[in-house]
Amino acid sequence: MKKIEAFVRHEAFEPIRSELLDKGFPSLSISEVKGSGRQKGIVETYRGSTLTVNVRPKLKIEVVIEDKDKATVVETILKHARTGDVGDGKIFVIPVEEAIRIRTGEEGDEVLQAHPEAEVAA
Amino acid sequence: MRKRLSLSALVALGASLVLPGLASAQGQGVNIVKGELDITWVMIACVLVLLMQAGFLLLEIGFSRRKNVGAGVAKILVNLSIATLAWWAVGFGISSLTGNDFFGTDGFFFHNGQTVGSGADAFVVGGADTALMLFGMLFCAVSLAIVWGTTLERIKFSAYVIYAVVFAAVIYPLVAHGVYGGGLLSDVGGKPVQDFAGSSVVHLTGAVGGFAALLLLGARAGKYGPDGSPRAIPGHSMPFVGLGVLLLWVGWYGFNAGSTFGTSDNFFAQVALNTQLAASAGAIVALGVIYLKTKSIDVGMAGNGAIAGLVGITAPSGYVEFWAAPIIGAVAGVIVVYGVLAIEKYLDDPVGALSAHGLAGIWGTLSVGLFGSPRLILDGASPGVYYGITDGDFAATLGQFGVQAVGVVATFILVFVLSYATFAALKATIGLRVSDDEELAGLDVSSHGMYGYPEVFIPQEEYPVSGAPAPHVAGTPVVSQASPTPTATETPAQLLRRG
Repeated sequence: MKKIEAFVRHEAFEPIRSELLDKGFPSLSISEVKGSGRQKGIVETYRGSTLTVNVRPKLKIEVVIEDKDKATVVETILKHARTGDVGDGKIFVIPVEEAIRIRTGEEGDEVLQAHPEAEVAA
Repeated sequence: MRKRLSLSALVALGASLVLPGLASAQGQGVNIVKGELDITWVMIACVLVLLMQAGFLLLEIGFSRRKNVGAGVAKILVNLSIATLAWWAVGFGISSLTGNDFFGTDGFFFHNGQTVGSGADAFVVGGADTALMLFGMLFCAVSLAIVWGTTLERIKFSAYVIYAVVFAAVIYPLVAHGVYGGGLLSDVGGKPVQDFAGSSVVHLTGAVGGFAALLLLGARAGKYGPDGSPRAIPGHSMPFVGLGVLLLWVGWYGFNAGSTFGTSDNFFAQVALNTQLAASAGAIVALGVIYLKTKSIDVGMAGNGAIAGLVGITAPSGYVEFWAAPIIGAVAGVIVVYGVLAIEKYLDDPVGALSAHGLAGIWGTLSVGLFGSPRLILDGASPGVYYGITDGDFAATLGQFGVQAVGVVATFILVFVLSYATFAALKATIGLRVSDDEELAGLDVSSHGMYGYPEVFIPQEEYPVSGAPAPHVAGTPVVSQASPTPTATETPAQLLRRG
């Protein structure tokens, strides 16, 4: 199993999410994060005083997948997150040792399978 | 200003002259106290109407996303201030009970001792007139605040500034003159358009201005899906929305009950009760209707319903009996829900101003023609159609309903033409809308150089460096800060995009 951790622009998220859903990867998490990279800071002004904020808002997408799906997911993210400007973000691929579904205690790749429709409560 | 200025002249008269029957020192004293009591109430009402600006601020910011909240603050402060100065210099004169059927010609750069008007209606400006002029000014500011509800999160700040001057100096005063200043709408075939506190004059005017802006501005990015279906762009704070609605509700006591311009017969309390009844009916009915449609107890729609009830009762608040107020509010509550749902299919109105102020304003103005009570209506007007059916002259009451409709149509056309022309000129010259990048980044950081909800941490480079050591952060080694601060020459919006 692999965990894909992608830092992207906010506006890239929705297309990424909907394509991953179409390709059968409904499970993901996002968080709004602040970070710094090669993008410059933002100079803000508050009542005339300036303030350089060196971290910028980004979105972190986390999705855990089977090894064989790595290329599909990475390509999907690249496709929608790349504008060609500095600040498009980064993707990290991290090995995952174990996975456990809390409700059932299932382990391993089983955990990554989507539920059958019938099992999903509204 | 049929009611406003003629009354102001009356107050001045009461304070300076003694009626023949009361030609005693005691009678004179009573008259003076009565006049001052009236103006005291008007001044209290002024403060309440001013408070409505806070209501608009919270309502609009609550319905905006986090990245556009500072823009709302700057907008309200600047617009209120522009409306104030423009009304004092020009607007009051155009609205005043002077001049011709179309605009007033006297009272510019309002000052003490100024003679406004000529003939029987003329008066010399004193304290009482100042209070009434101030009251009108704050109404103008409310009307202007309504305009921008449709334009949130994407309009250029310069559009606010320029349109505000035109609106407060010309557009609103023309409408006010038409209805309150002895203009065309105060005598339509012998009957006046009855708009007690401004469902049409203030609320419809503001909403039509917003409508004109919206047509030229277009929807926010992401409002409509690829198939054209509308998508919700949720605001960031429902508590702000609720507080905004309640501040407006409180302010409406001044707006409606203050439009009595005095305390005679304690009538202002009756106007206040009408206001309260209609607002409550509006909130409950709007909530009920949206619940039946979507099976959810919609917080935002409850707020829109209360506002619609308040807007609806604004015109009839001084002309109808208590029983009519909940009916007027309830109908406004139905209108606002269906209005929001219908308008959203085509136009992106983030706060629902077109429905809550526009459609409910039209309904409120018409409702005077349905429920106007014989004991309360203006001289020359006919009661509402209800009274024509039960006991009276049906044709005359229908005529009054028609006159109310004429008021609505005339207001719509006048405001729409002038507003559309102004916004079209703005669009052709300096542009109406921020760039896509700026919209995406949010108006706060792109137009105002800051986040409305800023970070809680401050980079060490930003601490004062002249002599004072940089503060030591717990857990970090104390070293000299050699790393240079990134220099930025691009605008924050460009930076956000390109780095």
